[in-house]
Amino acid sequence: MTTREKTILAVMAVAAAAVLLAAPFIGMEKITPAALAADKGMTAEIFWRIRVPRVIIGFIAGASLALSGMAFQAVFRNPLATPFTLGVSSGAAFGAALYMKAGIVFGLAWLPGQSVSAFAWAAVSIALVYGLTRVRRGFSTATMLIAGVAISFFFSSLILFMQYMSDFTQSFRIVRWLMGGVETLGYSSIWTLIPFMVFGAGIIFVSLRELDLLSLGDDIAAGRGVEVKRTRRRIFIAASLLVGGVVSVCGPIAFVGMMAPHICRLLVGEGHTRLAPASFLFGGTFLVLCDTLARTVIAPAEIPVGVITALLGGPFFLWLLLGGASEKSFLFGRGAV
Amino acid sequence: MSGQALLRTDSLNCSIGGHRILDSVSFDVCGGEFVSLIGPNGAGKTTLLKCLMKIIPFDTGSIHLEKKDISSFGQKELASRIAYVPQADSRYLPFTVEEFVMTGRYPHLSPFTTCSDSDWDAVNEAIDLTGTSVFASRHMSGLSGGERQLVMIAAALAQGADLMLLDEPAAFLDPGHESSIMRLLREINVKGGTTVVMVTHDINRAILMGGRSLVLDRGKVKYFDEAAGLTSSGVLEKVYDRSFEYIQHPRAGCDIIIPDVTYCDN
Repeated sequence: MTTREKTILAVMAVAAAAVLLAAPFIGMEKITPAALAADKGMTAEIFWRIRVPRVIIGFIAGASLALSGMAFQAVFRNPLATPFTLGVSSGAAFGAALYMKAGIVFGLAWLPGQSVSAFAWAAVSIALVYGLTRVRRGFSTATMLIAGVAISFFFSSLILFMQYMSDFTQSFRIVRWLMGGVETLGYSSIWTLIPFMVFGAGIIFVSLRELDLLSLGDDIAAGRGVEVKRTRRRIFIAASLLVGGVVSVCGPIAFVGMMAPHICRLLVGEGHTRLAPASFLFGGTFLVLCDTLARTVIAPAEIPVGVITALLGGPFFLWLLLGGASEKSFLFGRGAV
Repeated sequence: MSGQALLRTDSLNCSIGGHRILDSVSFDVCGGEFVSLIGPNGAGKTTLLKCLMKIIPFDTGSIHLEKKDISSFGQKELASRIAYVPQADSRYLPFTVEEFVMTGRYPHLSPFTTCSDSDWDAVNEAIDLTGTSVFASRHMSGLSGGERQLVMIAAALAQGADLMLLDEPAAFLDPGHESSIMRLLREINVKGGTTVVMVTHDINRAILMGGRSLVLDRGKVKYFDEAAGLTSSGVLEKVYDRSFEYIQHPRAGCDIIIPDVTYCDN
């Protein structure tokens, strides 16, 4: 790691801490630290019970999505591989919506059924999209995007069908949740998210060298000693945990998983030992900032944070597709076997 | 031939998508040997290398590395013994040259250790030997085909394996780069003592590099003997289905193929 990269990572960590500390004070009404210290009533209530958990959830969600996006980009060898474009978010959303609609209450240990269901369907959609790209040899961008779009549409129509079959209240709940957001979620959501993030991120953080090698292509990775199939399966499970956990709690939040790792790649380079912590910090900070924007721009009303990330992400996606990062991009090399 | 059998395959069969690619391939390579693997397009040369490296599975038969079945090797353990340089392609390779060569140390690293001095020594030695130090800090995507191929070999060298498999290492290279790759392989083989198995379409190159040649045709072994004997064996005429004219190389002394001019006759 060069000094420059170390400095950038340190700056990111400081920025993340600063944003995490400052964000709860900003909102419909600004809360000053002095007011918080003096007040034990409404202000403290809003600060501790609404804003703090919201900021924490935003950070966990952004960091998880960014890490899963980074992992997908390495394994698929493509910068456009993200939970959203691969249809994994849709799969997870279907899992969560299915649970909401079916109303069968179950849980796995302390994990709520909605999250478990989202995780399972995220894993199913990864298996599907990976299988589809494998049928046509090589991961061409076109094949991967088409497979992702197909799976996305498939699960979206299943969700639409479920909404159609639902009553008005249920349907509205699903629609609002589908817009993606981190508001009005209390501490219980944090406890739901943490195990998914710890296991998912944990697996990814012990597989950084393997991610480096998989991004060179399966043949080179195997030639260097990576158990390609087993490693890929492990990383897909980690990504499903991350996406499933976030989507079940916050709904599908688009494009964080694509933008964060890509911007970090330009900042700290492509080695995953630097890229993973950078993406984690950047993704978390970015989503907290987007959410802060979401609740201040048209205050007292709020914009769902998913709308903001999508508004920023759409143009970014096009910029990538049109070769904005031309020199350093997976896009312009043909996919490996 | 020197040393004992390092690598041995017994009636190796491999099918891909229901199509038989390798048909009962048996051969052995001795430690320190240089073996060129030749044959027409689609003969199964690349598939054979990939089976040896456990990149793709084979159906029946066996592969032994020093009397030990390679199915009992973990991939990391195998990679510390065998290094593989794939066919050159235009895929995007992330990382700088130095970072890329460092990936060769993977079989020697455990998940939580950082690269030690001995890893850096191996990397620097590989970079020096391949003459790639002048562009060690450049990004892989900015290299020319010849430079890129040298770096691929450097990474394989950093792996510290005693057997190196190369798939057409000099394809698409200019004569200058081709010579430097061949000089490098010879140095690795003769001075370094590394066993080399190289796929090539350049039969003259195979003859001039010496050692033994394995000729594959439609998955079957058609010849496995001294490379110098290729020209007199008649096997080339059979597998390539055309005639060849030979001439004695003025310096090497052995027969080599002269370029085909029959299509110029009117």
